[in-house]
Amino acid sequence: MFVLVVGGGKVGYYLTKELIENGHEVVLMEKDRARAAQITDELGSVVVPHDGCEGKYLGEAGSNRADIVAAVTGDDEDNLVICQMAKHHFDVPKTIARVNNPKNEDLFRHLGVDEIISPTRMALGSIEQDIPVHELLHLAELDNDLEIIEAQLQADSPAVGRTPGDLVIPQECSLFAVVRNGVATALRPDTVLQEGDKVIAIGKADCERMLHEQLIGVGEDRRA
Amino acid sequence: MKYVIVGCGRVGAALAEAFDNDGHEVLIIDTSTRAFDRLSTEFKGQAIRGDGTDEDVLRKAGAERADVLLALTEGDNRNVMAAQLAMEKLSIERAIAKINDPVRAAAYAELGIATICRTTMLTDATLGHLGLRPTGMPSVIAAVPHVHDHEADASRGLAGGAGVEPGPGTAPASSTTERRD
Repeated sequence: MFVLVVGGGKVGYYLTKELIENGHEVVLMEKDRARAAQITDELGSVVVPHDGCEGKYLGEAGSNRADIVAAVTGDDEDNLVICQMAKHHFDVPKTIARVNNPKNEDLFRHLGVDEIISPTRMALGSIEQDIPVHELLHLAELDNDLEIIEAQLQADSPAVGRTPGDLVIPQECSLFAVVRNGVATALRPDTVLQEGDKVIAIGKADCERMLHEQLIGVGEDRRA
Repeated sequence: MKYVIVGCGRVGAALAEAFDNDGHEVLIIDTSTRAFDRLSTEFKGQAIRGDGTDEDVLRKAGAERADVLLALTEGDNRNVMAAQLAMEKLSIERAIAKINDPVRAAAYAELGIATICRTTMLTDATLGHLGLRPTGMPSVIAAVPHVHDHEADASRGLAGGAGVEPGPGTAPASSTTERRD
């Protein structure tokens, strides 16, 4: 596998290092010459000391035969341009972008970036999992605006004591599993939901409000 | 008409005033409030501090459904992103991005963004002034008209990850295809 990594910050450096150790062919592009020289000292001659946003240099670094281009600079706009140039100009089969502003994930996907790495989203996910809030928890974001979400049922949740068949679930959404006392089981139409159940659903992002109302109930502020 | 301008540099400020004087609605965004010093005191449009590549900032500023967005910051990539954000997320019909790298400018025109390239513009103006033969590279590249229909987007390859493969006939500048090898 030939991987072209753009951006020699911490992420790009360790990514390159790991890929080399795993036996892949790697080229790292880093525009800052001092940083490029430093990485060359440590990892050998895998560094191209040029700006990966420039079509000329992206071509020279071998993007037209790369299997994957991973744009991991600290700037979202640079990562977008690198992926789009790689995809549309050099026919790279797979592009990966690091995204800092979670709002950009959707845009990037829509514009053809194949994989999104979102450190902000990951940290947010970990924080959400540690706080017992009466909210839906985002487990994963998928293509086509789909997401996997978890709703933990509270004592006063409207879904407690009912079965999935009793609930009004939006069409573009499906409840598929329940985690009860740490055991995951498939959700059947006759499963009676209990307090503490974690219901796992997959659906479009805009179904969230409806799911929230059906599973967790209307929020505190709205009830008051 | 409602114009949104991202980047209040010399060009951004001059255009903002020109649109304003013509009686159009103008919203100009820059990350630095000092940039707005370039606008005259008579400017009647809105000047808002913020990052024009941030969807929330653009929405809050009321950029949605503007007629035209001009991305004129000093960063090519910021301009590209602002222009794409405008068309894909904010229902803005036309977006024009200043892209000073001629290769990138031509490549993005293929993806539906009108681009202005100062590099080719100045090069050819200078050559012309000196009586030499201009390069002939287009400095303003008109985009493929953008349709706000996701199925149309998908069929053109803009949405959903399908790769755009523009036919040779659509390439606006011959220099762009040479880079493939």
